[in-house]
Amino acid sequence: MARTAAAPGVPTTRVGKAAYELDDRFIVAGWLRRTMNKVYPDHWSFLLGEIALYSFVVLLLSGTYLTFFFDASMKEVVYNGSYAPLRGVPMSAAYESTLGLSFDVRGGLFVRQLHHWAALLFVASIIAHLMRIFFTGAFRRPRETNWLIGVTLFVLSLLEGFAGYTIPDDLLSGTGLRIFGTVILSIPVVGTWLFFALFNGDYPGQFVVGRLYIAHVLLVPGILLALIGLHLLILIKQKHSQFPGPGRTEHNVVGNRFFPTFAAKSGGLFFLVFGVCAGLGGLVQINPVWLWGPYNPAQVSSASQPDWYIGFLEGSMRLFPAWEINFPGNYAIPAPFWPTVFLPGVMFTLLALYPMLERKLTRDSASHQLLQRPRDVPVRTSAGAMALTFYLVLVISGGNDVIADKFDISLNAMTWAGRIGLILLPPIVYVITYRICLGLEHHDREVLEHGIETGVIRRLPHGEFIEVHQPLGAVDAHGHGELAYGGAPVPKKMNQVGGARRAIRGFFRPVEDPAQVELEQRAEGYGLSAAEDEGRELTTSGRPSEGGRPSEGGRPQEPRD
Amino acid sequence: MSTPNHPSEAFDENPGTARRLLAPRRHAPGSPVAAALTRRRSKRRRRLTNVAGLFAGLCLMGALYTTIVPGAQAAGDTTTAAGTAEAAGQAIYNRTCISCHGANLEGVPQRGPSLIGVGAASVYFQVHTGRMPLARQGAQAIEKPPVLSDKEIDQLMAYVQAHGGGPTLPSGDLRAGDLAQGGELFRLNCSSCHNFVGEGGALSSGKAAPSLKNADDLTIYTAMLTGPENMPVFGDSQLTPDEKRSIIDYVQTIKAQADPGGAGVGRIGPVSEGLVIWVVGIGVMMFGIFWMGSKA
Ligand code: HEC
Ligand code: HEC
Ligand code: HEM
Repeated sequence: MARTAAAPGVPTTRVGKAAYELDDRFIVAGWLRRTMNKVYPDHWSFLLGEIALYSFVVLLLSGTYLTFFFDASMKEVVYNGSYAPLRGVPMSAAYESTLGLSFDVRGGLFVRQLHHWAALLFVASIIAHLMRIFFTGAFRRPRETNWLIGVTLFVLSLLEGFAGYTIPDDLLSGTGLRIFGTVILSIPVVGTWLFFALFNGDYPGQFVVGRLYIAHVLLVPGILLALIGLHLLILIKQKHSQFPGPGRTEHNVVGNRFFPTFAAKSGGLFFLVFGVCAGLGGLVQINPVWLWGPYNPAQVSSASQPDWYIGFLEGSMRLFPAWEINFPGNYAIPAPFWPTVFLPGVMFTLLALYPMLERKLTRDSASHQLLQRPRDVPVRTSAGAMALTFYLVLVISGGNDVIADKFDISLNAMTWAGRIGLILLPPIVYVITYRICLGLEHHDREVLEHGIETGVIRRLPHGEFIEVHQPLGAVDAHGHGELAYGGAPVPKKMNQVGGARRAIRGFFRPVEDPAQVELEQRAEGYGLSAAEDEGRELTTSGRPSEGGRPSEGGRPQEPRD
Repeated sequence: MSTPNHPSEAFDENPGTARRLLAPRRHAPGSPVAAALTRRRSKRRRRLTNVAGLFAGLCLMGALYTTIVPGAQAAGDTTTAAGTAEAAGQAIYNRTCISCHGANLEGVPQRGPSLIGVGAASVYFQVHTGRMPLARQGAQAIEKPPVLSDKEIDQLMAYVQAHGGGPTLPSGDLRAGDLAQGGELFRLNCSSCHNFVGEGGALSSGKAAPSLKNADDLTIYTAMLTGPENMPVFGDSQLTPDEKRSIIDYVQTIKAQADPGGAGVGRIGPVSEGLVIWVVGIGVMMFGIFWMGSKA
């Protein structure tokens, strides 16, 4: 190889040469450059999905450590480890190994707790992410596929969490498994068959923990991983949506390049997620299985709850009346079917099909790259708030016995409050949200038309007091703003349009000298005080009562920034 | 009471007593656990001697019952000490309890049940936990600091015991049981109302099984013996005195035990954990992403 250093484009540094050799073999430069230069918008709400992604990574890492010590067997053993209150108690090997992880494996308790907190955070961030997608209309064409994948991920994460919660085979999770068993049995026609297929015989049998374990560490995480990969690939292919704003159109993406800015932020977020999970894992106890005791079908504790993300099913089970449907021929649909199979079935079907429903109802099948502010789509926003209320009532009712106990409320009162709330609250929330959306929208338009309220009161020669308004742009002959609403936030304070000097930098305390900033800003002519110095005047309200035109004293000023 | 009451038994150190659920099992003498148990026991004994001192009057009376002869509960048999205690008890009774429980302990309709045959244990439980004298009629008597002094409670116990007998206070080390067996028995018999960690729980119609956080050994023992309100009576044939002591040992050990995982957040499991993840976990994350991302 006779390359000369002088040839154009030939690398001279050591790193450059190595990269050249790599590209020579794998031809990655073009792809890499495109990827690293890819632009991501950086609105805070777009990071919610990343929290879910990174908590999944934390789950994979911590879960793998747990598999080294966890024994998913229901074989009966007698505990002889270091936790005295259980020594000599017969229990399953799964529970014994969880105790071992908690008390005898180095770092085991920490990793168990880290894993469990990460699981709670994972599902919580999935829901937060889903709400962001829903309320901003990010699911509209062309992103319906990713919406469907997202809903699947959500359901799978619930299953995954339930399986993980169950495998330690403690008294709390065993009670949950018992309920899960009755739910499966309640499914018409196939219920019994499904139950026996899953448990391989009667409850609880010898197999179910082993099967849930394989589902938990291999099957579901595998599917999750594949779907998350697909989710992200589609995201990259379709490009990120963005909020409307200056310079943002349906045909571009405004934001930061992947490398270095976005990668740095995203990496930082990973450490934050890891830090939160590790902090909670080290400082706050979660699922102390040694206090629950080993599973024994004869024992049930009061205040037995599933993890919060299954709480809505627990809640619907508690609220729903025990209606059993009897058919002739000694055939019945047991009561748990309606609240725990039928209701979630309807909920998740509606959720999955929402984009198609909305497209049908609005006849909007255009492709959208720009997001919507929730207030601009009041029907969707209110419907979402309504659904969320319904879900929240269910979740809260899932813990109603604990709430009743801690706040000294009658349990019956809690149950009835839940039943009535489940039916009455969602429509009320719908109406309130709708009004709030309209109010916000109205105010946006008013500011665009009449300008920002400056807080400066003027007395007119004939004695009337008016508040001076600052138009956001050029005004027409009547003093009304000519800017149209573009779906972007409208500045509503003078500070947001440079009415005062700019904000002093610094997160916890100022990192620059306020006096210096003031001087600098005056020199540049920013701020109300600067305007006063020059004897410039603010405009009037532009209301027709003032003749409908700016007063003689001051011309409407061009918006700055 | 038609059934003979087993007056509180002498504590049986012998490991051969019949157990339920678990095979008999003891810690090898000289093992660290056994040593720790002995150490703890002796400490408790010391504490209990003080308690025993307070019950001097009762001890005298208790001596009559150690022979386990139901007939020995002769109410008329009054040694001088017991007699004066009983008289003092009656005075207190007439002052504080008579309005609801009647002049001869026979009860007053709509106000309070008969106390004939409820025994000293019931009086101890009700008065020591402050439930009696009842402050107001409600779904359930409320726990509050005791209104009467220990001495007065002793005298009341003597008075009620003298009318119809009933379960009496146990003696000896109330925690001298098998810890692990106590755990199994607690989960089996008590956790359905009091929760596996003794955190308590709601029952229907505004009633609740209280948290066992403030319950001392004797309160737990007498609660089991007398079954207040919705709680079933765990007589000595349902749970032997040894088993009761095991349960007490377990409850008190769990309560005293530190949380190895960090803050216990009420030890009520998923409800408080869910709250923590949304408030602290998502809260911190929101703070982080507001800081990192742009706002418009
Ligand atoms: C305001 C009325 C009232 C007063 C005063 C009162 N009690 Fe009671 N007591 C009740 C009622 C009602 C019950 C039954 C419900 C309950 O247990 O809460 C009861 C139950 C009891 C029991 C349990 C009976 C059983 O079946 O085990 C005992 C023991 C008792 N009281 C003792 C006392 C003593 C001793 C006093 C006086 C220091 C007293 N009470 C004062 C109303 C009262
Ligand atoms: C059916 C439910 C139920 C079961 C089972 C039950 N309890 Fe209770 N327990 C209660 C109720 C209700 C009370 C409150 C009674 C009252 O306020 O008068 C109570 C009160 C108590 C108290 C008094 C607490 C305090 O601080 O004053 C103790 C101690 C206690 N129970 C221990 C036990 C033990 C030990 C067991 C198991 C052997 C048990 N309970 C089983 C319902 C139950
Ligand atoms: C993707 C989402 C996942 C979720 C939501 C999740 C959730 C959970 C939960 C809630 C538990 C109960 C923990 C406890 O004991 O308190 C658990 C246990 C466990 N998980 Fe996961 N997990 C996930 C992924 C994984 C992965 C990828 C692995 C392994 C490769 C794994 C391995 C384990 C093991 C071995 C246990 C049992 C150990 C124990 O309980 O002590 N998990 N999981």
